[in-house]
Amino acid sequence: MRMRSLISPIVALLALVGIAHAQPAPISITPDLIAAAKKEGRVAWYTSVDVKVAEQLAKAFETKYPGIKVQVERSGAERIFQRIGQEYSSRIYTVDVVDSSDAAHFVYYKREDMLQPVVPEDVAKHFAPAYKDPDGMHAAWRINLSVIAYNTQQVKPEDAPKSFADLLDPKWSGKIVKAHPSYSGTILTSTFQISRDLGWQYFEKLAQQRIMQVQSAVDPPNKVAAGERAVMADGNEYNAALLRSQKAPIEIVYPAEGAPLVIGPAGVMKRAPNQNAAKLFYTWLFTVEGQQMLLDVALLRSAHPGVKEPPGRKPLSEIKVMKDDAAEVDKQAEEIKARYTRLFKT
Amino acid sequence: MTAETLATGVGQRARHRFGSADPSLLVLAATSILLVLLIGLPVGWLAYYALTDRAGAATFGNFITLATDPAFTEPLATTLILCVSVAVAAATVASPIAWLIARTDLPARRTIRALMTASFVTPPFLGAIAWEILAAPNSGILNQLWRGLTSSPDPLLDIYSLPGLIFVIACYTTPYVFVLVANALDRIPADLEDAAGILGASRWRTTITVTIPLVVPAILAGALIAFLQAMTLFGSPAILALPAGFHTVTTKIYSFFHFPPKPQLAAAAALPLLVITIMLLVAQARVLGRRGYTVIGGKSGDPRRLALGRFRTPALILVLCVLSLPLMLPYAALLKASVSSFPGAPFTAEHLTWRHINFVFVEFSQTKKAFWNTLVLAVGTATLGTMLALVISYLTARRAVPGSRFLEFLATAPVAIPGIVLGVGLFLAYTRPPLALYGTLWILLLAFLTIELPVAFQQLRSSFHAVHPELEEASRILGAGRLKTLARITAPLLKSGVVAAWCFIFIGVVRELSAAIMLFTANTKVLSVVIYDLNESGDLGAIAVLGTVMLLITFAVVGFANWISGVGSGVRLRGG
Repeated sequence: MRMRSLISPIVALLALVGIAHAQPAPISITPDLIAAAKKEGRVAWYTSVDVKVAEQLAKAFETKYPGIKVQVERSGAERIFQRIGQEYSSRIYTVDVVDSSDAAHFVYYKREDMLQPVVPEDVAKHFAPAYKDPDGMHAAWRINLSVIAYNTQQVKPEDAPKSFADLLDPKWSGKIVKAHPSYSGTILTSTFQISRDLGWQYFEKLAQQRIMQVQSAVDPPNKVAAGERAVMADGNEYNAALLRSQKAPIEIVYPAEGAPLVIGPAGVMKRAPNQNAAKLFYTWLFTVEGQQMLLDVALLRSAHPGVKEPPGRKPLSEIKVMKDDAAEVDKQAEEIKARYTRLFKT
Repeated sequence: MTAETLATGVGQRARHRFGSADPSLLVLAATSILLVLLIGLPVGWLAYYALTDRAGAATFGNFITLATDPAFTEPLATTLILCVSVAVAAATVASPIAWLIARTDLPARRTIRALMTASFVTPPFLGAIAWEILAAPNSGILNQLWRGLTSSPDPLLDIYSLPGLIFVIACYTTPYVFVLVANALDRIPADLEDAAGILGASRWRTTITVTIPLVVPAILAGALIAFLQAMTLFGSPAILALPAGFHTVTTKIYSFFHFPPKPQLAAAAALPLLVITIMLLVAQARVLGRRGYTVIGGKSGDPRRLALGRFRTPALILVLCVLSLPLMLPYAALLKASVSSFPGAPFTAEHLTWRHINFVFVEFSQTKKAFWNTLVLAVGTATLGTMLALVISYLTARRAVPGSRFLEFLATAPVAIPGIVLGVGLFLAYTRPPLALYGTLWILLLAFLTIELPVAFQQLRSSFHAVHPELEEASRILGAGRLKTLARITAPLLKSGVVAAWCFIFIGVVRELSAAIMLFTANTKVLSVVIYDLNESGDLGAIAVLGTVMLLITFAVVGFANWISGVGSGVRLRGG
């Protein structure tokens, strides 16, 4: 007993030194990994992607690797973050793989030493440096934009807002829906980027527009498609695109000032209870197959150069986007939420 | 410590009354300790957190922060407006209906009573979501109809507003007032009204001068419950107030747990709710205590029913219209939303879809676990809670132990603890050794047990008063111990009360959201939390399917429990 208690910190220290200095070796999906994962039989995935998308990805994985059950825990990114914090502070280690639409969460997880280095082969070979952590702790699993959209039955294309500035026109008063940065990582990220590029005056004026406040960035497209509000000031591009593909009356506008760019990383928890299943599932998420599903099923975007764009969609390279800066979001998150709450009273 | 004092006290008195060695006294003492812990522990931690800063030093800073921050004082003011409005609305609507049902020859009285109870079964958060589908200003079904009929650009109703929230909460608190007032009216002895009649008063005059004043205490009690419900609900304001752009105290408390969590502020914000509740309960006891309407309770003849004459049909229509607000309209909206491509879609073949049903039962991996957890917790809490309430009400009704008044207070005290506050307290209490229960179903069980205990206790205590002690005494004389007597003689005699208490707890657990939202983890999700999560991203179709199934299960279980208790209940439960 005493020996062990002495040795383990030393081993941990050595391991830590090792990690800090060498890029971890990329892992691929080997029969050994699959066998070890099957022994564990399950993987818990905490995600903020739309629940229907998450369940479809989980099904695809379960079909490909029968015997491994994916437990999908879907909630807004900020609530997922809050829950992992709550669970970890009570020493409850349930989560295996986590992703977030708020990249700042991964700055925090990494700083708090909650992640472990896992570099899927595809990430090592194909992902640009901007889309992966130099220490291999996380990588950009999905790319999303926060966009403006309008209901095509209520608004003619020529009358639709073209920019964030257009949304401040009094004619939109009472007709705008928007999501909340305390619940949605996408919205926290977009609130940061917009406040940085356009200043907080923009939000001060937007708060005068009698907006309808919802929680998740998934919801504004629902409200616009249902005709509950004519325009959304922010929200997921992919949900709007999905609804449009289902013939709902919704059209996307890429704001002239640039659309907030939301890079959603994923990572494997250090204390994941199902270590092998976690690695297998995580690695699979980054394969061409997994990434292509993001595009085909969810109309999201991918950092994997090997995927095929859905026909007729504007590729990311042709859209003006705002600059992503996770480290700064990490620093300002609390102040952004507090300031937002003061302005919008929610 | 508490154990010792109690045990000594119990021992001293018990020796005189029951002879020296009664092992059941141990069990009774244990119950008392359990009760003290159950309620004392979370409330104690709450008080501790409210009075310390992040470093653990004693301070009033949390209260000062809150009192000077409009982001908290505004929700507090909103909450008070909300509570008063709901109490007034519920009492105004429920009292006349209760009178119509209990005191007039209104047709279909039994059915209406049953329907009123059905609206009690409906979880308020589900009602709120259903009313979103009905009365969202633009996409709401009713507003679309209104626009179609009048071609007016403005909506008829806007559910995303303070009046909208008041309306929805009032819909689901009205049954509480109704049940209390209707029961009180049932119990008013006919001789008082006869006396008024003999003295020359007309039926209407008797009603106004005799009957109504006699039920004022019940109306007040009902309004108080409506007030407390409105103050403590979390789901409905979380669903409706956010889109409207305001907070209530409960949603504000919840937001203190957004990262980085501020449990000190949450605890401090919870205390005003606690204080208001206790003040109201004390005030109620004073008001009712001084008036002393002891006449209610005696029963000396069947109540007189007033003939409505030509008002019978209009009255029935009016009552049905009121009932359509918490029941028919929302249920229809949920059913429609569960098979429509989107909630406000026209009701045509092209918009009919199995998608939501398929999603909930085939794709959605949470469904099975959530149903299972909810059922386990509801049955477990109902069973344990009924047993606990049975023991406590026995102790207090028969004054079996000294300090039974204190037990009575403890068993009623959770009424004063809003679910979300209790959730905060339990979270603080059970996330540390030796009782690290967070992450297990046990913490939810404790929460639900504490929240539901008062209802079960009140129910069983009043049942106890109807059973004469002589039957128990006979059993004791023949040599049975206290507990054996309770199990073999008293409990069977109380069967209908026991079943009612069990059902109350079961329903209460299924519809509980405010404590569960603080205490769930990935593996301990319950249906209410799953529905709340789906609402966050606006998946109304899936919610409609889950909600409908949830209601069906609740009705099935309650129906089954009543059927079981109905079998062979021909015996009159009177000792005398």
